[in-house]
Amino acid sequence: MTDNDLKGKTLKKKVPPKAASSKFGQAFAPSIRELKFDMHLMSKSLTSIVGLGLFAFLLIIAAVPWLFAPPTGGLDPYVLPFDPYEPDPLPPGTSGHLLGSGRNGADIYYGIVWGARISMTFAIEVVGLAVVIGTVLGLISGYKGGLVDEVVMRITDIFLSIPSLILVMAIAAALGRNLDSTKLALMAIWWAGYTRLVRGQVLSVRENTYIDAARASGSGEIKIMFRHVLPNSWPPMLVAATMDMGTVVLVMASLSFLGLGAPSGYAEWGKMVYDGQQFFYKGDWWMVMFPGLAILLFVMAFNLMGDGLRDVLDPKMRR
Amino acid sequence: MRAAGDPVTPYLQNPERATPQQIDAIKHKYHLDEPNYVQYYYWLNGIVHGDWGISQITKDPVLDTIAQKFPATFELAIVSTILAVSIGIMVGTRAATKVNSPFDQGTRVISLVGVSIPVFWLGVLLLAVFYYYLGWAPEPGRIDKQFDSVPTPTNFYLIDSILNLNWDMFVNVVAHLVLPAITLMFASTAIIIRIMRASMLEVLGSEYVRTARSKGLPEKAVIRKHARRNALIPTTTVVGLSFGGLLGGAVLTETIFLWNGMGRWSAEAALNLDTAGIMGFTMVTAIIYVLANLIVDILYAQLDPRVRLG
Repeated sequence: MTDNDLKGKTLKKKVPPKAASSKFGQAFAPSIRELKFDMHLMSKSLTSIVGLGLFAFLLIIAAVPWLFAPPTGGLDPYVLPFDPYEPDPLPPGTSGHLLGSGRNGADIYYGIVWGARISMTFAIEVVGLAVVIGTVLGLISGYKGGLVDEVVMRITDIFLSIPSLILVMAIAAALGRNLDSTKLALMAIWWAGYTRLVRGQVLSVRENTYIDAARASGSGEIKIMFRHVLPNSWPPMLVAATMDMGTVVLVMASLSFLGLGAPSGYAEWGKMVYDGQQFFYKGDWWMVMFPGLAILLFVMAFNLMGDGLRDVLDPKMRR
Repeated sequence: MRAAGDPVTPYLQNPERATPQQIDAIKHKYHLDEPNYVQYYYWLNGIVHGDWGISQITKDPVLDTIAQKFPATFELAIVSTILAVSIGIMVGTRAATKVNSPFDQGTRVISLVGVSIPVFWLGVLLLAVFYYYLGWAPEPGRIDKQFDSVPTPTNFYLIDSILNLNWDMFVNVVAHLVLPAITLMFASTAIIIRIMRASMLEVLGSEYVRTARSKGLPEKAVIRKHARRNALIPTTTVVGLSFGGLLGGAVLTETIFLWNGMGRWSAEAALNLDTAGIMGFTMVTAIIYVLANLIVDILYAQLDPRVRLG
């Protein structure tokens, strides 16, 4: 498997395959061996397998929701299809409504499927951006030190001194009551945690002898930062980012529930819980139960994966 | 910051009939016609001097509203924290001393669910089941209407009922507290259990625990005096940090249980673009959060003699 990959890459470079393959192989053999070992460790832990399975399942639904629940008309596919001839909620199993329906025939199953896409894209966008910003700022701040470090860390402190849900709520309220402003608000604050995490790691990693060795052998600053410091500072952030994919969705759903995020009738799980709340109190349980379970499973998938990753990446746990 | 919403309305007697001249006068009086950085100066000046603006919802000064609603939130948060810490430490310790037992496995599942469950969903579930379906819990709110005439000088209803020597009221307040407190503490408890279990496991594998055991100390003493005290140190940090989650959770919990506190008010403020209200609430939670973590740092020195306050 790895051999074929290597040959493919070397061929593109138009270098004699055999010689280059061995050179390339030499350079990356340790990290490939490490990766294989990590995979092996992950496959041994039940929690990571369950987490990965759940994640794969959700990812497939999020990637191709139209296969599971085809949109009905030219409307926004994220809006639950409604039927004015069906004003009252129908229980699960009614024809056409696998998981029941809400007011005006809003199909809960459709909402769950498309909600997965909303949640997954939301989480990837917010956490992805935060990881990039956090890595770069943390790396520069930790490696350079001095005034840069001081300024970056004090700004980070401001963002971290306010509970995230409350800060997001305040920013989102100022930007307007829709899902995009919730996303912007989360993007504006989420990098701070990673910056602090990466900086802390960089501070300890840069004291290692192999960094001195790299410098002695004539590597430039940029190369040392990205080639030597970064890969060794990454793991804790990788774990945090995995778990935060769930946390970010929890915040999004909470804001929608409060009325700040997605509008009513939208296939967003938090909003669906809100829309079904009044019916739930009267005994029609499905409108609240299914979206809530969906959020629970989504967040749980990332928590399980994060736990598994931490066990694999933490060398203390290995031995 | 006066970015969004209409900043003039809260200052008008009856907004519908205000003349443009009146509006301009108010804009000028509150420096709203000046550039942003000048406005920022006046805002910061106001914050420092106790002028936090007027809340559009309550029509009262923000600081008065906060003073009036703070006890409700604080009472709920304190009860939840006490519950979360005591349950978390107890369960976490027990799970670590019986690793991989059914109790431990059960604990792991529950704490996984605890960190993954949406607070608002849990609140709605508890309210539906225990109030609407079973009728065991009292209706949402802080207290039954029959106690409205009882004087509440501190606004902490638990304390007030004791001051009034009113046993019925105390029971009523506790009954109202049960569901919101469980909702709010669930996530923190799960986090505390996890970290307590992990740090207990680490401590139990250490040399001094082996020494204590080989001295012939009873297992109870080893766990209580030697292991748990040391395992509490990382747990304390997490308690401080999870307090932030608790404050965020209070917004949702109070909204669901119609709890007349800061959280519910702030959610309404956010929905109605009551900028002064949102800013005031954000400011107060930041102060509380920072103070909570300061207290944690001080506790640190108490728990760990190796840490000295410098």
